Amino acid sequence: MSLSEAVALGLTEDEYGLIVERLGREPNQVELAMFSLMWSEHCAYKHSKKLLRTLPVEGPRLVLGPGENAGAVDVGEGWAVAFKVESHNHPSAVEPFQGAATGVGGILRDVFAIGARPIAVLDSLRFGEPTSERSRYLLDHAVAGIGHYGNSIGVANIGGEVYFEGPYEQNCLVNAMCVGLVRRERLIRSAAAGVGNKLVLFGASTGRDGIGGASVLASAELGDADADKRPTVQIGDPFEEKKLLECSLELLDRGLLVALQDLGAAGLTSSSSEMASKGEVGVEIDVRRVPLREPGMEPFEIMVSESQERMLCVCEPEQVDAVLEVCARWDVGGTVIGEIIAEREMRILDGGEVVGRIPVEALVDDCPLYDLAPAPPAQPLYPAPPATIEPGLGVRETLLALLASPNLSSRRPLFEQYDCLVGSRTVRRPEQADAAVLAMPTGGGIAVAIDGNGRRVAADPYRGAVEAVLECAANLACAGGEPLGLTNCLNFGNPEKPHIAWQLAEAVRGLADACRALDVPVVGGNVSLYNEGGEGPIYPTPVVGMVGELPDPLHAGRSGFALEGDAIAIAGPFRPSLAGSELAKLRGEPLPDGLPDVDVAAVRDAQRAIRDFVRAGKLSSAHDVAEGGLLVAVAEACLAGGLGATLELGDADEAQLFGEGPGGFVVSGSQAALRELGERIEVRVIGRVDPGDLDVTVGGEELEITLDALRHAHGALAELFA
Amino acid sequence: MKFGVLQFPGSCDDRDAVQACGRVGEAVLLWHGDRDLQGADAIVVPGGFSYGDYLRAGAIARFSPVMESVIEFANDGGLVLGICNGFQVLTEAGLLPGALLPNTELRFVCRQVDLEVVDGDTAFTNLCADGEILSIPAKHQTGRYYAPDLDPDLVVLRYATGHCFNGSQDDIAGVRNARGNVFGLMPHPEHAVDPLTGSVDGLRIFESMAAHVGAAHVAV
Amino acid sequence: MPRVQVLIRPKAGILDPQGKAVERALPALGFAGVQNVHVGRLVELDVDDVSQVEAMCERLLANTLIEDYEIQS
Repeated sequence: MSLSEAVALGLTEDEYGLIVERLGREPNQVELAMFSLMWSEHCAYKHSKKLLRTLPVEGPRLVLGPGENAGAVDVGEGWAVAFKVESHNHPSAVEPFQGAATGVGGILRDVFAIGARPIAVLDSLRFGEPTSERSRYLLDHAVAGIGHYGNSIGVANIGGEVYFEGPYEQNCLVNAMCVGLVRRERLIRSAAAGVGNKLVLFGASTGRDGIGGASVLASAELGDADADKRPTVQIGDPFEEKKLLECSLELLDRGLLVALQDLGAAGLTSSSSEMASKGEVGVEIDVRRVPLREPGMEPFEIMVSESQERMLCVCEPEQVDAVLEVCARWDVGGTVIGEIIAEREMRILDGGEVVGRIPVEALVDDCPLYDLAPAPPAQPLYPAPPATIEPGLGVRETLLALLASPNLSSRRPLFEQYDCLVGSRTVRRPEQADAAVLAMPTGGGIAVAIDGNGRRVAADPYRGAVEAVLECAANLACAGGEPLGLTNCLNFGNPEKPHIAWQLAEAVRGLADACRALDVPVVGGNVSLYNEGGEGPIYPTPVVGMVGELPDPLHAGRSGFALEGDAIAIAGPFRPSLAGSELAKLRGEPLPDGLPDVDVAAVRDAQRAIRDFVRAGKLSSAHDVAEGGLLVAVAEACLAGGLGATLELGDADEAQLFGEGPGGFVVSGSQAALRELGERIEVRVIGRVDPGDLDVTVGGEELEITLDALRHAHGALAELFA
Repeated sequence: MKFGVLQFPGSCDDRDAVQACGRVGEAVLLWHGDRDLQGADAIVVPGGFSYGDYLRAGAIARFSPVMESVIEFANDGGLVLGICNGFQVLTEAGLLPGALLPNTELRFVCRQVDLEVVDGDTAFTNLCADGEILSIPAKHQTGRYYAPDLDPDLVVLRYATGHCFNGSQDDIAGVRNARGNVFGLMPHPEHAVDPLTGSVDGLRIFESMAAHVGAAHVAV
Repeated sequence: MPRVQVLIRPKAGILDPQGKAVERALPALGFAGVQNVHVGRLVELDVDDVSQVEAMCERLLANTLIEDYEIQS
């Protein structure tokens, strides 16, 4: 093999030089294929690893931190909740149904690879404006794919978010989060151990899925005419994964395994080498023993195939028969393909012949990590969004326009395509509360949410990222949940460009500071870079998933007004501004240069107070003020509860009605309860819950907006699916 | 009262059914490969995607060894409840009339629906009154009921007006066989048994089954 | 070993929303003059005894309440 092949595979000249140096010779075909994947950005995190090390990863409830397939936190009585979020952006842009489906499949495997039974998924999606046929197509098929996979495998989809912004037109984002449940003593790690122990591959057979880019290495016989033999798209089979899941959990239940790892990006190469690296051992694999779906696959293809629904485990030789018996019973092919060796190398055989030999360290640990060279952009990176409303609209028309806008209208046509009930744990379904709530076997519960923001992070990467963390924690608080851990997916453009590097560095700094302020450790996550094309980069988009605990799920919070006569208040250190708001976007305003400062400690205190009052049953409803500002939040609470409201807003200006920023909560309850809350945090009573319409008195005008009008506007997204 | 809940490769709501039945009596999982019904007084064929819904929903599951025993059990008068995919399996097996087709809108829908009890006098609805409304969630993509020349006496549950999202003929949600011992419905009563997670209207179906079996024992 | 193809079609008279969806989508792509679209299934098999295929259709491959089948070899 030579430099030109290496470069065709995405390695730099210098990286190739390093490889030659580590091996003491030039790599052969199999070795080069393995290096090209393990040293890719996707597998090695070359441009982000140093930054990620600045995130806080310690916490009293942390059971498993970053570095394993998923992280986990303690939820009491010997139970742990595992969770992680991952991206599948590029495949979804190519084939949205399968890309999104296999994204779900991949994150599910990460969770059951540590021994946890997946109990929920959430998804965060971003596309271009829905005026684009392509974006509507991507949304429609991505949602269908997520539904298809999650529903078929029987894991409840309990929450998510969807946003439409121009910069995602060429590069959509599909981030999938999975939550799992496990007994602490059942958690298994991926470090391979025990020289002489056997490597067993089980699950689906291996084909040419995902090889695409590595096809330059093919022998001359398979040329261009056979391009369709090497699909770049992975095809998922949830039925196969369901069997794989049950088989894996039974193997762990019976104590038959030493280690377990799922096969994701870079297939057999990454899973076996990572297992070897963690265990400080080596592995020998005979590709001839791998069950194949396609005839005539070359060793390098077998090593880098990304065929779905496969797992790799390590077991003692005496246990092999028992392991294969469990696999047979679940009808998932199990095959011994290799073993653990003392030499710390990856030894790849084809029958009797050695076809590849790489020191484990060289493959896994020696990939160079790059320092970013961040520099703030010299000029605006993103065009102003197109205006979609006329100037000079009154309060009523503005409210209805916001509710009907793509980023705010009800996601019901989407989430109804997901089974949110399987597992019988769902205490709060989508649109019932600001966070999903699941019952735990302890009698307690967990609250789960996923939140990100691209546009505001583009306006101010540091503060925008802080806001994303605060937003997620606020959603948990409204349900009564206290954050236990956070997982994040960082979706950014090309980090080799200084202005993108700046976005990334500032956003990670914001994430780190916010996590420290809230005392929430990062349990793991994912990075997706190079999300840009001819039209420019995506908005910098950190997506945050949080799991929080909730001692009494029966009294979990609700977002909708519940009781006629309840007082309604805006609580917390809410300092709204129109800068970077949805209203500013609808008006076609360019992104602001920076966002207002946030008193993170005050926001944190407000979240705690809301959480305490929700838990104590002192609030009928609690809803975080987010996109669209106060009036939109009130309208949403009316719709969720099926009740109207009468508001007295004095001479509130546009910023106060529709401006955004962290720290605001629309709550309802008795006057006494709100007075008590007011002793802890800022509380301003603005009205009361009334049957009938939403009546707003502001600026001397009295507006009557029927619930039907609100509902009609809020249902605008359904038209996209007509 | 002992419920036997079948488990096929791909069943999803099997454990949910066991949990729900467990509130009323004893509940065990019956593996698709075993013919032994373990002395169950009633069989529940649960929801999910048995065999990945390959070929047609329920088409492969109906031939499993456990289903051979269930067919015999039904022919002997034993109670059999089919929920969602279970309903599909029972129509494929010929234990219930009709067939389930893809929803008219072709999408999977998960939604709480109101069901009207058309017949409160069956082994599965004896604790309900005719005309009573039960709030129970439905979640499926292939739930459009089709049965040409169906005897109207066999209709047990209907979706309340405006609540049918799948295009079923006459808004039919659940039917029984002529003998009355086999009942299938697309909505999921096992997901309406716990106030923590929603309505408890589904519990009545399992309780009715237990009441029926109990009365039968007393009669003997 | 002869190769047989079984075409399985939705029975006439039963609403075929998949067929309708395709029929609606084609004009939007610029294809006019398309009617009567139906979407079915193809099962291909190599069989020793072709005379058994009809029984396979009756028992498993098609649900004859809602589907018609056509065997081609």
